[in-house]
Amino acid sequence: MFNDIKEFTPILLQGAWVTIQITLAALLLSTALGLVWALMRTSGIRILALASKFFVNAIRGIPILVILFYVYFVLPDIGIQLSAFQAGMLGLGIAYSAYMAEVFRSGIEAVDPGQIEAAQSIGMRRWLIMRRVILPQAFKLTLPPYGNNLIMLLKDSSQTSAITVAELALQSKLIASSTFKNLTVFSMSAVGYLLLSIPLIMLVGHLERKFGKVK
Amino acid sequence: MIKIRDIHKSFGENEVLKGISIDIKQGEVVCIIGPSGSGKSTILRCINGLESYDRGEILVDGHKVDRGTDNIHWIRTHVSMVFQRFNLFPHRTVLENVIEGPVYVKRESRQAAVSHARRLLDQVGLAHKESAYPAQLSGGQQQRVAIARALAMNPQAILFDEPTSALDPELVGDVLSVMRALAQAGMTMVVVTHEMGFAKEVADRVVFMDKGVVVEEGPARQVIETPQHERTREFLKRVSSPL
Repeated sequence: MFNDIKEFTPILLQGAWVTIQITLAALLLSTALGLVWALMRTSGIRILALASKFFVNAIRGIPILVILFYVYFVLPDIGIQLSAFQAGMLGLGIAYSAYMAEVFRSGIEAVDPGQIEAAQSIGMRRWLIMRRVILPQAFKLTLPPYGNNLIMLLKDSSQTSAITVAELALQSKLIASSTFKNLTVFSMSAVGYLLLSIPLIMLVGHLERKFGKVK
Repeated sequence: MIKIRDIHKSFGENEVLKGISIDIKQGEVVCIIGPSGSGKSTILRCINGLESYDRGEILVDGHKVDRGTDNIHWIRTHVSMVFQRFNLFPHRTVLENVIEGPVYVKRESRQAAVSHARRLLDQVGLAHKESAYPAQLSGGQQQRVAIARALAMNPQAILFDEPTSALDPELVGDVLSVMRALAQAGMTMVVVTHEMGFAKEVADRVVFMDKGVVVEEGPARQVIETPQHERTREFLKRVSSPL
C-alpha cells in the first residue's frame, strides 16, 4: 500500500496542480463577471438591473455540469474552439459568477443608506460613491461569504473532469480504473481536496472573526 | 439665498408637505421645530435634493434644486448637511473624512485640503483626533467631525437635521457650542431641532411646522416665548414639560 501511495502521489500532485490552476482562473473570471452583474443590478438603471437579474437567475438555474458541457461541446459548433482547460475555466467562471454576484450585491445593499446620503451631500456622483464609499465597506462584509464560495469552487472544479480536464478527480479516476486500488486512490484524492480546502476554511474563519461584525 | 416656494410632497397616499414656503437670507440662522411627522426633516432634505418634491420650487442662490439634473451636484457642493446619525465614513480616519469632499469632489490639492481640514478640526476642538477612526470617538465628537466635514466644502449654507438627537445628554453641549460659534461667524444655517434653548438663543428666526404646513414663524424669542397659535403653544408645552 505504501508503494502504491508513493507511485500515485506524483500523478495526483499533477492533478492537484491543475485543480489549483483551474480554481484560481475560474475565481478571477467569476469575481470579475460577478462584480459586473452586481454593479448592473445595483446601478439604478432599470434595463441593466433586469438584464443582470435574468443572467444571474438563468445561470443559477442550470447545473454546472450542463454549463460545462455547453461550453465544451456546443461552442465548437459555432466556431469557437477551446481546450478542455479553457472550457472548464470559462464554464466554472460563468457558473460561479452568479453566486459571486449575489454575494457582492448583498454586500453592496448592506451598506448603511446614511453613508450614501452623506456622500451625496458632499456632491459625490454615483460612481465616485460606489468607488470611495460603498465598495470599500461592502468589501469587508463580502469577504466571509466570498471565501465560502471559493471553497465550493475548489470542490466544484472536480466537475470539469467530465470534460476531460486532467485535474485531481479525473487523475484519481484514471488511476483507479487502471489499477483497481479504489480505496487507496480515492482516499488520497479526498485527503488532497481536504488539504487544499482546510487552509481556505481557516482563512474564512479568520475573516469572519475579523470582519463578520462590522460596527 | 434659499427660497422655498409652495412645496408639496407625498409618500404614497400620505401628503407630508402641504405647501411649504420659507425664505432664508444670507447669514441667517433658521430653526425649524415641530412634532415628529410634521415634515420638518423632509423639507430640509428637499433643499439639497436628498428628497424629491412633487410640486413647488426650491432655489438656492438662484439655482433650482432638481434631483433630475446635473445642477444638483453644484447645489450639494454649496449647501452642506449634518445628519442626526453623523454618517461619517467608518473606513476612513477623521482627517480623511474631512478632506474627502474637497479632494475627490472639488479636486483641491491634498496638501491644501489637509491644512484646511486641520484648521477646521482645531475649530471644533478635535485637532488631536485626526488619525482616529469614527468608531473610536464619542457621538459628540463624531458629530463635530461631521460639522468639520460639512465646513470643509466651504459651503454657503449648512443644513442640520436634528444634529443632537442621537447624542447622550452630556455630549449635546459641545456640539451646540460649535454650532453657536458658526452662527456668530455669520454662517447661513437651517437647523431642524428639538433644542428650544438653542433655538431661542441662537436662531434669528423659528419656523414651527405641524402636519405638513408652516403654522407659525417669526423671530425666535417671539415664537418660543409668546407663540400666537394654539398648536405652537401646545407643542412647546409638551416639549418643556413632557410629564
